[in-house]
Amino acid sequence: MVSTKMDKSPADLLASPGLASLLKSLKLKTKQQELLIRVSILCLVYVLAFITRLFSVLRYESMIHEFDPYFNYRVTQYLTQKGFYEFWNWFDSESWYPLGRIIGGTLYPGLMVTAALIYWILRFLRFAVHIREVCVLTAPFFASNTTLVAYFFGKELWDSGAGLVAAALIAICPGYISRSVAGSYDNEGVAIFALLLTFYLFVKAVNTGSLAWALASAFGYFYMVSAWGGYVFIINLIPLYVLVLLITGRYSMRLYVAYNSMYVLGMLLAMQIRFVGFQHVQSGEHMAAMGVFFLMQVFYFLDWVKYLLNDPKKFHTFLRITVTSAVGLGVIALGVGTASGYISPWTGRFYSLLDPTYAKDHIPIIASVSEHQPTAWSSFMFDFHILLLLFPAGLYFCFKRLSDATIFIVMYGLTSMYFAGVMVRLILVATPAVCLISAIAVSATIKNLTQLVRAKGKPNPVGPGKGTSGTKASSKGSPDQSMPFQRNGAIALLLGVFYLLTRYAVHCTWVTSEAYSSPSIVLAARGAHGNRVIFDDYREAYFWLRQNTPPDAKVMSWWDYGYQITAMGNRTVIVDNNTWNNTHIATVGRAMSSYEDEAYEIMRSLDVDYVLVVFGGVTGYSSDDINKFLWMVRIGGGVFPVIKEPDYLVNGEYRVDKGAAPKMLNCLMYKLSYYRFGELTTEYGKPPGYDRARGVEIGNKDIKLEHLEEAFTTSNWIIRIYKVKPPNNRW
Amino acid sequence: MAAIILSLLVLSLSLFTVISSSSLPGLQILQAERQIDLTSHIVRVYLTLKVENIEDDPASTVLLAFPPAQFDRLALVKAAVTVGKKRKKSYVPLEVNPTEQPSSPNGTKYYAISLLKPLLKGETTTLEILYILTHSLEPFPVEISQSDSQLVYYHDSAIILSPYHIKQQATLVKTPSNKVESFTQVEPTHRSGNELRYGPFEDEHPYSYFPIIIHFENNNPFAVVEELEREIEVSHWGSVQVTEHYKLAHAGAKHKGVFSRVEYQSRPAASGVSSFKHLLAELPPRVHSVYYRDDIGNISSSRLRTSSKKSELLIEPRYPLFGGWKATFVIGYGVPLQDFLFESAAGARYLNYSFGCPLADTVVDKLTIKVVLPEGSQNPSVEVPFAIEQSLETKYSYLDVIGRTVVVLEKKNVVPEHNVPFQVHYKFNPIFMLAEPLMLAAAFFLFFITCVAYLHIDLSLRK
Repeated sequence: MVSTKMDKSPADLLASPGLASLLKSLKLKTKQQELLIRVSILCLVYVLAFITRLFSVLRYESMIHEFDPYFNYRVTQYLTQKGFYEFWNWFDSESWYPLGRIIGGTLYPGLMVTAALIYWILRFLRFAVHIREVCVLTAPFFASNTTLVAYFFGKELWDSGAGLVAAALIAICPGYISRSVAGSYDNEGVAIFALLLTFYLFVKAVNTGSLAWALASAFGYFYMVSAWGGYVFIINLIPLYVLVLLITGRYSMRLYVAYNSMYVLGMLLAMQIRFVGFQHVQSGEHMAAMGVFFLMQVFYFLDWVKYLLNDPKKFHTFLRITVTSAVGLGVIALGVGTASGYISPWTGRFYSLLDPTYAKDHIPIIASVSEHQPTAWSSFMFDFHILLLLFPAGLYFCFKRLSDATIFIVMYGLTSMYFAGVMVRLILVATPAVCLISAIAVSATIKNLTQLVRAKGKPNPVGPGKGTSGTKASSKGSPDQSMPFQRNGAIALLLGVFYLLTRYAVHCTWVTSEAYSSPSIVLAARGAHGNRVIFDDYREAYFWLRQNTPPDAKVMSWWDYGYQITAMGNRTVIVDNNTWNNTHIATVGRAMSSYEDEAYEIMRSLDVDYVLVVFGGVTGYSSDDINKFLWMVRIGGGVFPVIKEPDYLVNGEYRVDKGAAPKMLNCLMYKLSYYRFGELTTEYGKPPGYDRARGVEIGNKDIKLEHLEEAFTTSNWIIRIYKVKPPNNRW
Repeated sequence: MAAIILSLLVLSLSLFTVISSSSLPGLQILQAERQIDLTSHIVRVYLTLKVENIEDDPASTVLLAFPPAQFDRLALVKAAVTVGKKRKKSYVPLEVNPTEQPSSPNGTKYYAISLLKPLLKGETTTLEILYILTHSLEPFPVEISQSDSQLVYYHDSAIILSPYHIKQQATLVKTPSNKVESFTQVEPTHRSGNELRYGPFEDEHPYSYFPIIIHFENNNPFAVVEELEREIEVSHWGSVQVTEHYKLAHAGAKHKGVFSRVEYQSRPAASGVSSFKHLLAELPPRVHSVYYRDDIGNISSSRLRTSSKKSELLIEPRYPLFGGWKATFVIGYGVPLQDFLFESAAGARYLNYSFGCPLADTVVDKLTIKVVLPEGSQNPSVEVPFAIEQSLETKYSYLDVIGRTVVVLEKKNVVPEHNVPFQVHYKFNPIFMLAEPLMLAAAFFLFFITCVAYLHIDLSLRK
């Protein structure tokens, strides 16, 4: 394609002395027109993907959202200030007091390094940007890049039309936007780009058998490993795909080259990430890839033997022996490895993916996170909208035109849809597959329909096709004369498709602006006069901590707020969102659910200076600590059997009013949340001490604190900070 | 307690008078009147002196004496002379400079006021003097709880410290309210309402001193900006961008113990009376794109009112400031270039902007002003009506190659009275304005050229 243009254009430019010929030379050929349209659509989609994610910046401000992104932001700041080596060797004493955390060895550095690189490049080009702006816009920028990858992937799978539709669909798909709005500075933001890029490069490598593409996909895989723990999905899906190809008899040299070079180089590169390291060859989650790697060698060997033997009967015997011994060897190796502890078993997170009920029974800390809950049908509809209907249609088209590439996308789609059903947050992983498969459906349908419309209009189907017409079209060309309303039907169907796509665009924009663009740090509500009321209590409290407490103060709070306290409050925390030490979290849960004097002992042993609780009783903010309290009890009780969940329940019911369990009414969390709340009238016509988040009058209004004192409460009471008093003098 | 203090004071007074034999002859003060305004945390002292030359030599300067402790807290000394008779009375400002004297008892420090014309023998003149003291109200008790109100000490002398003989003098002290816990009694002392009068005293010798302590209630916001950095960036494309970094603190009595939101909300009159919730910043008129934020993001509680004369920005820190609490924040805004940049001679321009802190009633401990001149400006020079420290820096901003010249001005102890215009003169060739757009255009041109080139070159190995 490049060379054909090379023939034309210089000649055109040279032979244009007259105005007429100049105009003629400006007139584009059909192919050039198509290219121009394609490039401009892609550019528009690129820009669209970026700007649709800016709602949050316009509604609120350029800020980091949620919880985890604050850690990433803090680490990025550290990286840009102190350089890469300091970052890599950073021992963070501000979290997990008194244990600390080795940052370089316990995170996926891809996101931070990416943002820092963008920052350094911009700085080098003398753009005086702040690192915060870079972090806020990293996710939209990568979302834009993902649309480009989606285009090329779609082109590889089907044709360029499907690629364009895929790019457009993924640009605004809520399932992806939920994790990539401006300010959502999280690993997923770049990881989805890396995931799709790796898959695309791998499929390209399988299609071409080219070593270059395979190596490129290894590097894509390396980037993915550096960015997100979800790389495990790639390293299991690709072997599975290869296995399916092997079973269906689609083994080829292309596949051999692609998989082996990708696996070997990808493995070596992935082991450079400290957090992964030798896990990549030792842990159970990675064994499938290794097994398939060896299987590939066996296949190759068999191929060679088959070529040498030339006798089907002998070969069959040989095949049986080899396969049996190979599989047997593999099983023995796996068994010995597992038994000797050389191969580590699957982690709880992996189990909970395969068995959705596992976490609920065994790992309450995973089950307590709302984004780890099984997905409801409504959220599928919310995140995918019409794609949910187009997805099966796309699968139909894929099966109809089965190739190595379409088999891949079908497998990717089906597995990721399963995982999306297990955990809400994994809808994100399914989104690119759903978009691509739906794009195939849309593109194929529209193409068929337009052909029908055009063919009827022009009896001669050889006329110059424009835009979507391809070679396949003319072969199917001549319409069936027996269907008189075919053309009208096609037009009606086309209109229907456009209507659906329009509804999709409207839905996506609405979801983005209403549901996914709230930073969750700043809460907004409608006032009595329709005006916007802002509750900025989180930052009020964190900034108070930052300015008015000793720099070495230790703050105890539930782990949800750990990252935010260290990033915004700049104070040491006991536990944070990197939930690596269950016992430590259970200790905090135990302190929160004990009586004050017992809790005081625990807090003294942890050197706690301040306790922070989140309380929504005044504003009606429902995701506060009282509503999370049962999880604290469960997690605390999981390690310390002193804490028993039934003590906090009355007939299996969780209450905070007069009928609540006595232990509930006197535990630390209750006391800290409701201290002096009984004096406050929150709502007109209700008694004082009326909890608006739970809609009840609280049961214990006369709360006395012995070992703690109120240090700060924010203006809407959402955050309450208490100071732990030093022990009384004994004499 | 009070009696002991009093006796100590009398003792020190007697010591003082013994030592202070070396006076400066030449002038005497016929009448002195002093008004000490203690209503805010900035102490303003208005002094009216009627000076007479009693010797043959004409006197061209009048000395003001300060005890060393007070001298360190002086933010500003201003003097003016009254010219004309009653109806056409007007004030002419005089030059005031700190000086050293060879024999200064007890480390007394001096300011010299230069008179308009030398005072001949027997002539008199009346001087109006204003000096401002910061950090001079000492909270006692040092720590208070939320329900207490704030009490402070003020130390001074009942008799004006002066190197000259003062024939007649009186001192009037104004406190913010009637609530005065105690004050040093010196005959004659008279107290009515929120005013306290010492004097009149007759024929006091040079360097007479009588220490007094006033202990009174002052619940005014003790807003102190510990550090303020103002960056004024001039762009010849039509705007002056100002960014101000504040480190604000409540310098009053430290908050002790509990902060109870219930009490703060339900009993605003009795709880946290010495704390403050908001501050008023006065910005230039026609201000635009104002923002108010801190390290962790925008602070939503601010209001801007604009009129043709001035703009007022009411800012509320994230939390109310109690004694000892701190808050840092940034205020930024843009103002139109033509309001502040003027042309003087050919090619020379000057920026005329106001010095000092735009927040009302605050003290700035350390003020740094950075004037960022456009890239390519030369020969910067500064005109400020008081002593400051100056230096030059280079800053790189958007698309800068050689960097922008930054004029750095530093001053300690700044009060609202320092809000006077200052000028920065520099030379600038307008051709430099085109440098950045041309650079951008060139970059895009190169990009497209490479694109075209790439499309027309076949890089593949195979033919």
